[in-house]
Amino acid sequence: MQVNMVGAINNALDIILRENDKAVLLGEDIGKDGGVFRVTDGLQAKYGENRVMDTPLAESAIIGTSIGMALMGMHPIPEIQFAGFMYLAYDQLVSHAARYRTRTRSAFQIPMTVRTPVSGGVKALEHHSESPEALYAHPGGLIVIEPSTPYDAKGLLIKACRTNDPVLFLEPTRLYRLFKQDIPEDAYEIPIGKANVVEEGSDLTIITYGTMVTVVKDAVAKKNVSAEILDLRTINPLDTEAILAAAKKTGKVMIVHEAEKSFGVGAEVAAMLAEKALYNLDAPIIRVAGPSMPYPFPGYEKYYTPNVAKVVQGIEKLLSQ
Amino acid sequence: MPIEEVYNCSVKRLQILDENGNLDEALFPEGLSGDSLVEMYKYMLLARAVDAKALSLQRQGRLATYAPLIGEEATHIGTAYAMRKQDIFIPAFRQHGVQIVRGLPLDLFFLYWRGFEDGAKLPASLNQTPVIVPVGTQLPHGAGIAFALKYLKKDAAAIVYIGDGGTSEGDFYEALNFAGVWKAPLVCIIENNQWAISVPRSAQTAAETLAQKAIAAGINCIQVDGNDVLAVYKATRDAIQNSKDGPMVIECVTYRMSMHTTSDDPEKYRPDAEVEKWEKKDPIDRIRKYLTKNGLWNDSLEQKTKDEQAKFIDQAVEKAEQFKPDPKTMFENVYGTITQTLEEELSDAMSANFWQESEDD
Repeated sequence: MQVNMVGAINNALDIILRENDKAVLLGEDIGKDGGVFRVTDGLQAKYGENRVMDTPLAESAIIGTSIGMALMGMHPIPEIQFAGFMYLAYDQLVSHAARYRTRTRSAFQIPMTVRTPVSGGVKALEHHSESPEALYAHPGGLIVIEPSTPYDAKGLLIKACRTNDPVLFLEPTRLYRLFKQDIPEDAYEIPIGKANVVEEGSDLTIITYGTMVTVVKDAVAKKNVSAEILDLRTINPLDTEAILAAAKKTGKVMIVHEAEKSFGVGAEVAAMLAEKALYNLDAPIIRVAGPSMPYPFPGYEKYYTPNVAKVVQGIEKLLSQ
Repeated sequence: MPIEEVYNCSVKRLQILDENGNLDEALFPEGLSGDSLVEMYKYMLLARAVDAKALSLQRQGRLATYAPLIGEEATHIGTAYAMRKQDIFIPAFRQHGVQIVRGLPLDLFFLYWRGFEDGAKLPASLNQTPVIVPVGTQLPHGAGIAFALKYLKKDAAAIVYIGDGGTSEGDFYEALNFAGVWKAPLVCIIENNQWAISVPRSAQTAAETLAQKAIAAGINCIQVDGNDVLAVYKATRDAIQNSKDGPMVIECVTYRMSMHTTSDDPEKYRPDAEVEKWEKKDPIDRIRKYLTKNGLWNDSLEQKTKDEQAKFIDQAVEKAEQFKPDPKTMFENVYGTITQTLEEELSDAMSANFWQESEDD
């Protein structure tokens, strides 16, 4: 089937609702309206209001009640309308979803898949464009996934919904409708915690994920260099083996993400490489990322988000060393 | 045109057994036998004895920080005794009396308060969730559990606890609102012990009662004398019976006779006169008076029970103190499958023999 990321996610949710009668979707405007991005379009009509629920407007309770359902052996799939509104649920995610298994030495588990749109580039209002993956990857206990293609989105989401741990499934809004792909109609899984070599190359290694994968591919094509491009797919747990292999292959590493540069995922990847592969590198690691400030209003967005030119500049700098 | 009244409401208060042990027979919970009353009383004694033991162990450095329950036994035992086996109990952090009635192995209780997660590894048969520390955050879990019970077509209710301070939290309002919309079988027990650490009930909210907070969410509510085990029992039993039709909030008005936890000193922030006033309303004294007056209890039974309970408690403490932590379990229970990073951190810690050294400190 030829689908964009919205279609792929909708199809994955359809498969999960069909195969698991303890799976439910809940969130704001996800039922009749099909979600503000139409990701859940048609699912309430197909599965009923008891399985695809429009909830009252309260993010902490959407996640908190989902945790309660998970404690009873259900698999809730809550949607938070935008990642910028999820801070209200941060306590439930970090204090409870992330801790419940360790707190009870696995007597309880939280099978829950939280979906939320992230990242910018679509000229949205304030609070609709943030990339908060590092906030959720840092405390431990949560799985954090961010797909970059329709194919990955479907396979990763199905895997997430068949996992007995809490997963944060971050959907880049810019990629929802950016391109289509031919993907299998049946269920398939992509493993959690495994990165994907998007392109093989020998001049340099670029580690990225989410919105930046296509930007990196465009920059590499534009510069006509041979780059090993690694798409993390999962932020936590990090695929350290794949990162090390990709870094050692070329000895020159660039990390690209849209989120703020300081204290971000790039910092973690760079630190891990410094610990384990410093002597395999022949140039300082370069990070290309959003500046270390809150995401701006849409008018300033183009000055904020890393673009092809910024990645090209990074490639030039790295190859000149 | 005239201004119309679009809504009006009131909150009822229930008391069955007053502080002198006098009973309102018309309100006596139907079907509750003398044996059951004695059993409830024994549980109240046990809760108080466990509490005293825990406090003493903490003062000897044998427990970590501990949150005492003394004064709140009627609220705990009355609610717990009304629950059925299949009902799901969702505590905050002070409901030790409820846990005791619900059959929590007492060594797990002491293990938890010694500071080991292993004490929260609860057998599934208990139908309870573990102690939750962040105030009020267990309320949405309760609403979600209640939703699940309804969704899974179980004949059971979810019973969730919160303190007076907790009713100021957003999660409290959000959870009641969700439960109301879902008509979920949730019973919310507000254990109003008058103090949120150092902040009195009067400074917590301008609302006349805490029960009335349910009304805004379209939920039924009642206030009960939380030191009257019969009133607490009756209100909870009724709420559970009616939970098929939707949620209910029960405010139990009780008093925290001791500190919030072993880390604070109530003499610093509250007057002795207030404590003395509440001593006269002691939940255990009044039921003992009633039982004695009716020939159901006497001093020799009291002594025998206390001796048996002391032995039972000591055995649990001994078992809990024999426990040896295995630091590997910290790493093995973060995710269903251990991650590359955790595996490496585990192996680093083991090869450095770092745990061995920590134990020698």
